[in-house]
Amino acid sequence: MIRITRKIEFSAAHFYHNPNFSVEENRRVFGKCNNPHGHGHNYVLEVTIAGEPDPTTGMVLDLKELKVILQTEVMERMDHRHLNYEVPELAGQIPTCENIAAVIWKLLEPKIKSGKLDRVRLYESPELFVDVSAGNGARA
Amino acid sequence: MSLSRRYHFAASHRLHTAKLSEEENKRVYGKCSNPYGHGHNYVLEVTVTGPVDPATGMIANLAELDPFVQREVIEPFDQRFLNEEVAEFREQVATTENVCREIFRRLKSFPLARLERVRVEETSKNSFEIEADVDAFDVVRA
Repeated sequence: MIRITRKIEFSAAHFYHNPNFSVEENRRVFGKCNNPHGHGHNYVLEVTIAGEPDPTTGMVLDLKELKVILQTEVMERMDHRHLNYEVPELAGQIPTCENIAAVIWKLLEPKIKSGKLDRVRLYESPELFVDVSAGNGARA
Repeated sequence: MSLSRRYHFAASHRLHTAKLSEEENKRVYGKCSNPYGHGHNYVLEVTVTGPVDPATGMIANLAELDPFVQREVIEPFDQRFLNEEVAEFREQVATTENVCREIFRRLKSFPLARLERVRVEETSKNSFEIEADVDAFDVVRA
């Protein structure tokens, strides 16, 4: 089995707020991420597909197809958007790296027709990332 | 799902064991055995797993993970001579394998998520990692 990974970057705004928490609780749990004006990140997304290379093309999947899928499913939904307000898939969820990565997994998995989605790694910054992997709680 | 966070510390060490002769130390550890020691900018990558709390959207709140790692590892290791100033390395060689295991041992009691992996980059070219369920704790005394 071979794994191939493609990387994209998108920029988005968010803030953390749970309407069931009091003002103080929101501030305590989320700290400065609770600022209602929001703040932004340059997210880096690494998408890994696993499979056997096709004997004719030598490819697990055509990276051009993956590029289009990432453009349609991720870039157009999330790039230069406010994740709290503009991404319906995140409605009702706090747009943490964990929840964004889980949404991206759900969006991408059914679109991958050659090979299988193996891992979604989402960096919020170079110092913080989340992995969603096949079998390790993509649905957690 | 897992969450990984990267931290930084700078420390010095010397690779040397009393179990080997001076010639053997020199042969095995080369310039890393220089008696005055040398240093690195270490990068520590800590990975935790667990369910995402629906109330916070988080596996672990960094407001809790960061101070824990700071207290357990960064404060005792940063700007230190590991061989002398971290008790565990008086008995074992401060290779990055052993540093990695010691950090795993210190962090595995994090109460709010399960420690899955510790990865230590000694330089941008060398990295070492240890995972839960691997024999993380049979530290070889050297």
